[in-house]
Amino acid sequence: MGAESLTGADKSSIAELRGATKRFGAVVAARDINLSINRGEFLSFLGPSGCGKTTALRMLAGFEAPTEGDIYLDGQRVNDIPAHQRPVNMVFQHYALFPHLTVAENISYGLRQRRPKPPAAEIEAAVNRALETVRLPGFGPRRIWEMSGGQQQRVALARAIINEPKLLLLDEPMAALDKKLRHDMQIELQTLQRKLGITFILVTHDQEEALSMSDRICIMRDGGIVQIGSPRDLYDRPKNRYVADFVGKSNFFEGRVTSVAGDTADLQGAAGISFIGHAGAGIAVGQRAIASLRPEQISLSRGDGGVPVTVVNRIFLGEHTEYLVQNPDLGQFLILASRQAEAGEGNLEPGETGSVSWRDGAALILNND
Amino acid sequence: MRFYAIAVYLFLYIPIGVIAVFSFNAGRYAAQLQGFSTQWYGKALSNPFVMEALQTSATVAAVSATLATIAGTLAALALQGVTGKPRMIFDALLYIAVMVPGIVIGISTLIALVTLFDWLNPMIAAFWPVAESAPKLQMGKGSLIAAHGMFTMALVVIIVRARVAGMDRSLIEASADLGATPLGTFRQVTLPQIFPAILAGFLLAFTFSFDDFIIAFFVAGSETTLPIYVFSSIRRGVTPEINAIGTMVLTVSLLILVVAQSILQRGRRAQTG
Ligand SMILES: Nc1ncnc2c1ncn2[C@@H]1O[C@H](COP(=O)(O)OP(=O)(O)O)[C@@H](O)[C@H]1O
Ligand SMILES: [Mg+2]
Repeated sequence: MGAESLTGADKSSIAELRGATKRFGAVVAARDINLSINRGEFLSFLGPSGCGKTTALRMLAGFEAPTEGDIYLDGQRVNDIPAHQRPVNMVFQHYALFPHLTVAENISYGLRQRRPKPPAAEIEAAVNRALETVRLPGFGPRRIWEMSGGQQQRVALARAIINEPKLLLLDEPMAALDKKLRHDMQIELQTLQRKLGITFILVTHDQEEALSMSDRICIMRDGGIVQIGSPRDLYDRPKNRYVADFVGKSNFFEGRVTSVAGDTADLQGAAGISFIGHAGAGIAVGQRAIASLRPEQISLSRGDGGVPVTVVNRIFLGEHTEYLVQNPDLGQFLILASRQAEAGEGNLEPGETGSVSWRDGAALILNND
Repeated sequence: MRFYAIAVYLFLYIPIGVIAVFSFNAGRYAAQLQGFSTQWYGKALSNPFVMEALQTSATVAAVSATLATIAGTLAALALQGVTGKPRMIFDALLYIAVMVPGIVIGISTLIALVTLFDWLNPMIAAFWPVAESAPKLQMGKGSLIAAHGMFTMALVVIIVRARVAGMDRSLIEASADLGATPLGTFRQVTLPQIFPAILAGFLLAFTFSFDDFIIAFFVAGSETTLPIYVFSSIRRGVTPEINAIGTMVLTVSLLILVVAQSILQRGRRAQTG
C-alpha cells in the first residue's frame, strides 16, 4: 500500500478540496468546500461577486492557505506547498502581464524559471507554438501596451498553457472584454480546452458563460457550494430558488404544498391556482414553498381558458418575444413565446388581455432559499 | 492675482539670474557689467582649492547617496508588509525626518557623533598595541557621509515606497504562479518595476548631498565641501569666480532633477502600461 492510499485521495480526480475553509479575520470567504475535480473537465465556479469564487481558486493556486481543511493536487496534499512549486497556472482577472517584458518574454517566463533551464532554441519554438495556439503568430516582439484587451488576454492564456499545467485556473478572464469579443473568446477557450486536454477551472459571475462552456458548474453562495452539476442538471433540477434564479430566467410563485406523491408535488398558490411539478429535495406536505416556472414553459393566448393576464410590456427578441404580464393574484411574471407558437393568434399588444396556461408537471416545487 | 504671481517668480529668480549673468562678466567687479567672458569658469576650474572641494563634495555625495539608496530601498520594501498603527508611526517618523530643519540635523548629528567618538576613542586606544599611534575617530568625510546618508535615506524611502505601493500585486503572484522562486521574482519583476524610483531616489539623494551647506557646516570637521568653500570665499567678497561656481552647481543640480523627474514619469507610464 502506497502513500496515496494513506491519504485516501481519489485517483480519478486531478484536484480536490476537502472541507476547505478560509477565514479573513471575521469574514468567512470560503466555507467547508468539498469538491473533487475530474481529470480533463471544464468546471466553473458561478456565483455573485463576493461569494468566495476567487478565494477557492487561490487556495488551489497556492496564494491562500486554507484555515481548515485540505487541498489535494493529483493525489498529493499540497497545503504546505508554495504557489511556485505547484503544477498549476492561473490566468489573472486583469491578466497581470509583465509590462517591462515583451509578449514573447512574458510567454516564456514559466519555461525560463525551470531548472535546468531549457535551451534557448527550445524555448523559442515553444513560444512560437503557444503564439500559434492563441492565434497571435508573429506578435512575440511586441510590447504589452501595444496589444488590445483581447490580445492581452490571449497572451495571458499563452503564458499559462505553455507550461502544460495539470490545472488551468481562470479568474473571470472575460470580464474586461466587450460582448462580441467575449462570445468569440468563450468558443475559443472551449475549443482550446478540448484540444489541450488540460483541466480548466473558470470563475465567473456570468451564468451564460458558465452554462455555455462548462462540463460541470459549481453554484456558490456566501463562501459555500450550493449545488454542483452539469448545466442541464442545474437548469432542469435546481436544488432551490437560489439556483433556479441563478441558472436561466425563472418566475417564482409562493404557496403551500398540498400533496406529494413520489417525486411530484402540488403547490397551491395565490387564489387557489395550482402548480404541479417535480418536487425538490426535502419538500413535504403542508410547508410553504415556491413554484418555479421558466418563461418558455408558460403559453399565452387571446382566449379566456386559463389564468387571466394583462400584457404590461413586450420585447421582440427575434425568434422569440418576451412578454411581461400581470395577474392581480400572481403579480407580474415573464413569458417567452416562440414565433411559431404565436403564428396563429397574432401578437398581443401591451394593455390587451389574454390568458396563460402551463402543462401539469412543468413547474418545479422548491424550497424558498 | 496675476501680478502677484509674476512678482513672486521675479523675486525668486532674479537673484539667481543675476548670479548667472555676472558669472559671464568680463570685469572683475561684481557691481558692473563689462562685456562677455568665460574666463571665470576657467579660473574656477583651475583653482586647486575649488577642485579639491569639488572632489570632496562629489565623493561624499556619491557614497552617501549609494548607501541611502540601498538602505532606503530595503526599508521601502520591508514597509510593504507593515500596516495599521506601526505603519502610521513609521510614516510619521519618515516625514518628520524630511521636514526637520537642516540646522537641527546638523547640530544633533554633531553632538551625537562627538559623544560617540569621545566614548569610543579611549576604548580603541586602550586596545591598540601602541597607544600613541592608535587611530582616532573624528569629524570628516565619514561623518559627512553618515549625516547626509541618514537624511537622504528618508527621501529614498518615500520615493521608492510610492512606487512599491503603486505596483500591481498580482504581478508578484503571476511570477510565483509561473514557477519563479521569491528571489527570482524579486530579481525579474520587483526590481525592474521599482528601478526608475530607485534611480530617481539616488539622483535626488546625490543632489541633496552635493548642494547641502547647513548639515555639512556642522559635521565636516576639517573637510571643505564645495558649498563650504563658496561660503568661506564669500566672506572675502563675491567674486565672478564664485558666481561661476554657483552657476555650474545650479546647472548640474537642475539637470539631475530634470532627469530624475523624467525617469519617475516614464516609470509611472511603464507601470500602468
Ligand atoms: N485578502 C482578503 N482579506 C480580507 N477579506 C477578503 C480577502 N480576500 C477576499 N476577502 C473577502 O472574502 C469574500 C470572498 O471574496 P472573493 O473570493 O474574492 O469573492 P468572489 O471572487 O466570488 O467575488 C469577500 O467578502 C471578500 O471581501
Ligand atoms: Mg473574484
